[in-house]
Amino acid sequence: MALHIIVTAKQVVDPEMPISAYSIEAAGPRVVTPATFQPVINGFDENALEAALRLKDSQGATITVVSVGGQFALDIMKKALAMGADTLILCQDPLFAHLSDSFVTAQVLSAAIRKIGAFDLILCGRQASDWDNAQVPLMLAELLDVPCLSLAQKVEAADGKVTVEQLVPDGYIVAEAPLPALVTVSNELGAPRYPTMRNIMAANRKRPALWKATDLALDPALLTPRIELVNLAFPARTQQCEIIAGADAAEAGRNLALKLREAKLI
Amino acid sequence: MAEARGVLVIGEVSAGQLSSTTKEVLAAGRPLAEQAGTALAVGLVGHNLASAAQEALQAGGDRVYTVDNALLAEVHLELYLAALVALCRTVAPDIMLLGRTALGRDLGPRLACRLGVGVLQDCLRVELDTATGRLTATRPVYGGNVLAQARCLATPQIAALRPKAYAPLAPDPARQGEVIAVPVALDATMARVAVVRQVRQESAGVKLEDATIVVAGGRGLGGPEPFRELQELAGMLGAAMGASRAAVDAGWVPGNWQVGLTGKTITPDLYITVGISGASQHLAGCSGAKVIVAINKDAEANIFREARYGVVGDWHAVVPAFMEAIRSLQ
Repeated sequence: MALHIIVTAKQVVDPEMPISAYSIEAAGPRVVTPATFQPVINGFDENALEAALRLKDSQGATITVVSVGGQFALDIMKKALAMGADTLILCQDPLFAHLSDSFVTAQVLSAAIRKIGAFDLILCGRQASDWDNAQVPLMLAELLDVPCLSLAQKVEAADGKVTVEQLVPDGYIVAEAPLPALVTVSNELGAPRYPTMRNIMAANRKRPALWKATDLALDPALLTPRIELVNLAFPARTQQCEIIAGADAAEAGRNLALKLREAKLI
Repeated sequence: MAEARGVLVIGEVSAGQLSSTTKEVLAAGRPLAEQAGTALAVGLVGHNLASAAQEALQAGGDRVYTVDNALLAEVHLELYLAALVALCRTVAPDIMLLGRTALGRDLGPRLACRLGVGVLQDCLRVELDTATGRLTATRPVYGGNVLAQARCLATPQIAALRPKAYAPLAPDPARQGEVIAVPVALDATMARVAVVRQVRQESAGVKLEDATIVVAGGRGLGGPEPFRELQELAGMLGAAMGASRAAVDAGWVPGNWQVGLTGKTITPDLYITVGISGASQHLAGCSGAKVIVAINKDAEANIFREARYGVVGDWHAVVPAFMEAIRSLQ
């Protein structure tokens, strides 16, 4: 039977956006970006979807993408369908806006996944490029009580098992676990594919399922934040860079060597 | 859980030795325990922990709790988690600290979830408000573009510290303390994840994390070949090689060369970057370098905002002349 793979995806501020475009709103506090900058699907989540699509290509799979947020840009999130996912579920509710508490996000996602039903594999991006917590997937695995393999650069599934190459500081580990399981995917897996024109048109005809908080069996006690954001600020940059000049680039290079020697750095 | 008390550092032991990151975390925990007027406890999970326990006392701990079991000789996350949950329930700390290492990244959030709390992730600094007993952490978010201050609303308060954010205390051989074994029933079948094999990709030469000089290249190099020239430069300086994520994603260099938020955190005395634009995601891994040198043809590149010395120019011309000058100085 074909695998049922769930991929979690988050809509984030475009990390390529220049820092000058960021501003901080003290109320919240939160990071505000101008409306001219479109949000994106978190890049690592696209890597996770790519891992799912490779499994779909090689052995057949049904892919459900699920996301939690306050207000989605539908065109942005539909990219998941255009890339080749079969179903898109957006858990959209004002209650889910500005969730910076991973524990609460993991609770909502776990409730959504229980509503989706049976699955073989959950693939998540290793972290989101906004809060960089790298926390929700691991908590989700705990809440669903499935084995968890983090930082995969390769994912294979066969014979009721998932086998992954997990990145470690000095190389990688090949590890396996019985399905169902959760795997977090790192960018080393490879670039996510571009949607084909055919898939973009097919995606345009599909409508994502929109689930509200009341559609999920959520225990209010578990939605109490565990972490409170107190303040956001831009880091102070005090470094003054001394530009080493020269008649041409080569002389500048030589002068740099002299400068570093003078400073006893080399 | 019993009434919360004290500060607990979750330590890491490798080949019988306390990890360097754990010593840093102990240095962060020491003043917190003193301000709170409590003991600094250390929790160690593994096998044959006697010597690491003594190291933990010398590095600032007041007492050590151990779960010492042959099943924990190798890292099995599920067994480690079961041991740590039992350890946490025994110690019942108000504050827990750990390092955001490869192991800590996996353990922190899962342990927190089992305890029904959250983790302050990737903290550069932790401070205690003695009036409220609440911990406030400072941590980079949005790829390092923004600094957040956050605090835990639930107990235990858990913070995962970025490696090298704190300097370890000098070991004090006179420091002594109790070592308490925590009994935990462990069973090999609790481990659902099995390691099939380990593939080491050791870089030749100096280890990136420990190097005093690092030479790194990025997207601006345009391909894998120029890295050979940088390797020659690194060889001349006794430096380790690093790279930006762009160079790794392009497949030009091995993944374990990556410096940055999702790669390695380095704190060399001298960091020479060539063709690296200095995206926040990269700076997150090298902002602890004492001196950053940037060679980049784009005068507007962000790296010049962080660098102490810079050359604005084409690396094709700058680097060979730089190397030639170093050769003549040596």
